[in-house]
Amino acid sequence: MRHVYGWLLLTPAALLLVGFTHFPAAATLFDSLFSTGTVVRPSRFVALGNYAALADDPIFWQVLGNNLWFALGTIPTSMAIAMLMAIWVNDRLPARALVRMAYFTPTVLPMIAVANLWLFFYTPQIGLLDQLNAWLLGAPSHNWLGDPATVLACTMVMVVWKEAGFFMIFYLAALQSLPPELEEAAKMEGSSRWYFFRRVTFPLLMPTTLFVLVNATINSFKLVDHLFILTKGGPDNASSLLLYYIYQVAFSFFDTAYASTLTVILLLLLAGLALVQFQLVERRVHYR
Amino acid sequence: MSPATRRAPSLETAAAWLLALLWLSPLLYAFWAAFHPVEYATRFDPLAPLTLANFAKAWTYAPFPRHFLNTVMLVTMILAAQLVLCTLAGYAFARFEFAGRDIAFGLVLVQLLIMPEVLIVENYRIMSRLGLVDTLLGIGLPYMASAFGIFLLRQTFKTVPRELEDAARVEGCGFLGVLWRVYVPLARPTYLAYGLVSVSYHWNNFLWPLIVTNSVNTRPLTVGLAIFGAPESGVDWGVISAGTLMAVAPLLVAFLLFQRQFMQSFMQAGIK
Amino acid sequence: MRPLFALLAAALLAATAPARADTELTFYYPIAVGGPLTKVIDGYARDFEKENPGIKINPIYAGNYDDARIKALAALKAGQPAQISVLYSIDLYELIEQDVIVPWDDVASTAEEKAWLKAFYPSLMMNGIYKGKVYGIPFQRSTIVLYWNKDAFKQAGLNPEQPPANWKEMAQMAGKLVQKDAGGNVTRWGVMVPSTGYPYWMFQAFARQNGHDLMNKDGNRTNYGNPDVIAALQYWRDLGAKHKVMPEGTVEWGTLRQQFTEGKTAMMWHTTGNLTAVKNSAKFPFGVAMLPASKQRGSPTGGGNFYMFKKTTPEERKAALTFVKWMTTPERAADWSMATGYVAVRPEAYDTAALKAYAKDFPQAVVARDQFKYATAELATFQTGRVRKLLDDAIQAALTGQKTPAAALKAAQGEADRLLKPYR
Repeated sequence: MRHVYGWLLLTPAALLLVGFTHFPAAATLFDSLFSTGTVVRPSRFVALGNYAALADDPIFWQVLGNNLWFALGTIPTSMAIAMLMAIWVNDRLPARALVRMAYFTPTVLPMIAVANLWLFFYTPQIGLLDQLNAWLLGAPSHNWLGDPATVLACTMVMVVWKEAGFFMIFYLAALQSLPPELEEAAKMEGSSRWYFFRRVTFPLLMPTTLFVLVNATINSFKLVDHLFILTKGGPDNASSLLLYYIYQVAFSFFDTAYASTLTVILLLLLAGLALVQFQLVERRVHYR
Repeated sequence: MSPATRRAPSLETAAAWLLALLWLSPLLYAFWAAFHPVEYATRFDPLAPLTLANFAKAWTYAPFPRHFLNTVMLVTMILAAQLVLCTLAGYAFARFEFAGRDIAFGLVLVQLLIMPEVLIVENYRIMSRLGLVDTLLGIGLPYMASAFGIFLLRQTFKTVPRELEDAARVEGCGFLGVLWRVYVPLARPTYLAYGLVSVSYHWNNFLWPLIVTNSVNTRPLTVGLAIFGAPESGVDWGVISAGTLMAVAPLLVAFLLFQRQFMQSFMQAGIK
Repeated sequence: MRPLFALLAAALLAATAPARADTELTFYYPIAVGGPLTKVIDGYARDFEKENPGIKINPIYAGNYDDARIKALAALKAGQPAQISVLYSIDLYELIEQDVIVPWDDVASTAEEKAWLKAFYPSLMMNGIYKGKVYGIPFQRSTIVLYWNKDAFKQAGLNPEQPPANWKEMAQMAGKLVQKDAGGNVTRWGVMVPSTGYPYWMFQAFARQNGHDLMNKDGNRTNYGNPDVIAALQYWRDLGAKHKVMPEGTVEWGTLRQQFTEGKTAMMWHTTGNLTAVKNSAKFPFGVAMLPASKQRGSPTGGGNFYMFKKTTPEERKAALTFVKWMTTPERAADWSMATGYVAVRPEAYDTAALKAYAKDFPQAVVARDQFKYATAELATFQTGRVRKLLDDAIQAALTGQKTPAAALKAAQGEADRLLKPYR
């Protein structure tokens, strides 16, 4: 009887999950084996043809590379800043509530809105960044978003800004659950703040770090909202990311089959990451 | 906070403040640009005259009331559906032994990884087959069965002592009665936490709503803002800033008022 | 699950389906909702309904051109009503390939209606004709012009009434217009040509000026690798890299107007669609001129055309023709041009009293018209999204110094050939 009830309770959610996660994921794989049909040229089976095209597509390789750099650039930085923030606001800082609020605020703002503001930051000459640059350093104006050497970094800075406060919350929660005696003991032994952080706090935060890492990694592959406002992926795809390219291929080139092929790669990437991370988590748990 | 936490050295205090200022600066700049005439948008003159004209313009340029209404309806609809669906599923996973439970749970967790954003191409196709393109339901459906919510509630329900359930059972409650009388009230903090996280997520969500909507009647704030503020529209910075502030205001104000609650919610949702 | 959703969907549709007594035309229009232009369009729609009882116009504002195309196509696929639309003139091939539009010739039956099809500037029709049939009626059309800051010209010792006439002059004058601070940092650039958003469009002007169009009439061949085309890109690149009169890298389309009105660049190339906005925010006298020449003058046209969708009843087609004819009478074309800065699409519009009076006070408004004789179609081919992006990427790669103009354009040409081969 409990079998039946269990499934009955689960059914509504399961239907939606299957309908909008598992079925489309499978359909993506299926569609990637066909060509895109138009009225004039109906869709036909092409086996791995789309994958061959993908291997030959320089833009695909570029956005994939960009995405990896984007992940590498944003994840460790935002996590380090988040940890630092958490430690600061966990201390008895003057105006702590205000500081904590400042750190967290970007989290509740929509990326689209935020990107509008950052666009003004990065505009050459009249933008805030260039004005500050000229005023403080007397440095010449730089074409931040128009230079392939800086554009990806510019979007990364913004994303770090957006995400650090969110990750801080998790670290803060973890810090607050650490026993205060630890720190008292350390104080009595006269160990330095840095030593205490390195030998005590940091290792104890490890599970949180892993949790945040999982979140941050997934985010770095699905966060593309800012591109719609800031760069549209340019110049010459220098700031484009995999999901944004999928969007372009599907909704601007109408090549849904190729978009499905790209999506399969994204799914594989995510699955691979999940496997690696589960392994990591397992090992950590064993050694502890 | 424990009294044992020590006071940060003053250098670090200064650094923490500086970082806070840095973190707030985009928002502060938005306020500057929004409340000053456009010729001061890039010039920081403390004597610059204040104006509300940018807000008035932004308000007439885009149908903000409609976008607000859409967002509120969308967020409410998604949250209501999530609460019901995730409660039932979480309860099933926490308290029922049924064939294939562990496999089913594993399949649910897949969605933590493959969020609906990733499947825009296929989901769009499904929505057009269902005739749900450009409907609020179309925006909301993929998110209603939330793996995150199911997981969170399952963990919470598991901590409820069996004895409470048995007591309710003795009083003649059925499965759903027990769920309603015992589990749901005890999980209130989790619901609050999940609710806040869900509301802020969907208030800010952009990519999927952009794809699946095509009229004012369904577009949420983020999509409206993107179209209104897109650089090629050539709208002034001041007006864009004003529009941006209007779009974020409800959530921002709520956040400022219930700061503690917000952060605690995000924390709780994260720890579980 | 399907039946449940089908049921839900049916319920939703039933609730929203309008009662149809009149011929109702759903009209997709590519502007951001609520923008100042929606008021103009709404006003036209109301006036039209008053004069033509029995026809109802239901405008749907769908965002930018890309949005509007995606949305209109999606609506058609989903079986929602859509009879006419203003869409990008260059979406022509895409719409033909999707088999969703019909030529206006099929509906125009009387001699007067047939004459109407020929009433527009020929350069505006280039993007609307395929295999001899008119698919696109020009409406919201623009072209590129040169804006210059007369104060800056005076400061630099140049004649403020004399814009550059050719490439050489533009580079030279721009050189004089560059202003630097004591530290040698540029505070005002000589000229800026935007290279985000629509780089291919700006580049078409350069290429045309250097003697070439970038695609053929059938939309199945591009001309990216031509030596003169490469030379055109080289000139654009040199403005930044060699002459140092334009910032290196790409110039953002969206913020350029602000940079011009803030005096950060003395000249800019931009769409005529910006004219009214510049007029409202520039605090210095400014001029508008035809783009400079190399071998000849030239600029692409741009903007939106009226299309009629295939899934329409004969009554709807008749009504659509009536509406579009009404929207493009000389008087309305003149009114639209004054309200927006877009060009008036037919010569008679410039002879109306209203536009004549307007041009007297604001001569900048007719520059675009004068440029029409040198104008060319906007880049449009089959697979247009991809073929265009190839060019966009090549331009940006060259402007940012990632590739030489020759290498970038030749690679793009190779790719374009591959994409277009099936259409030859």
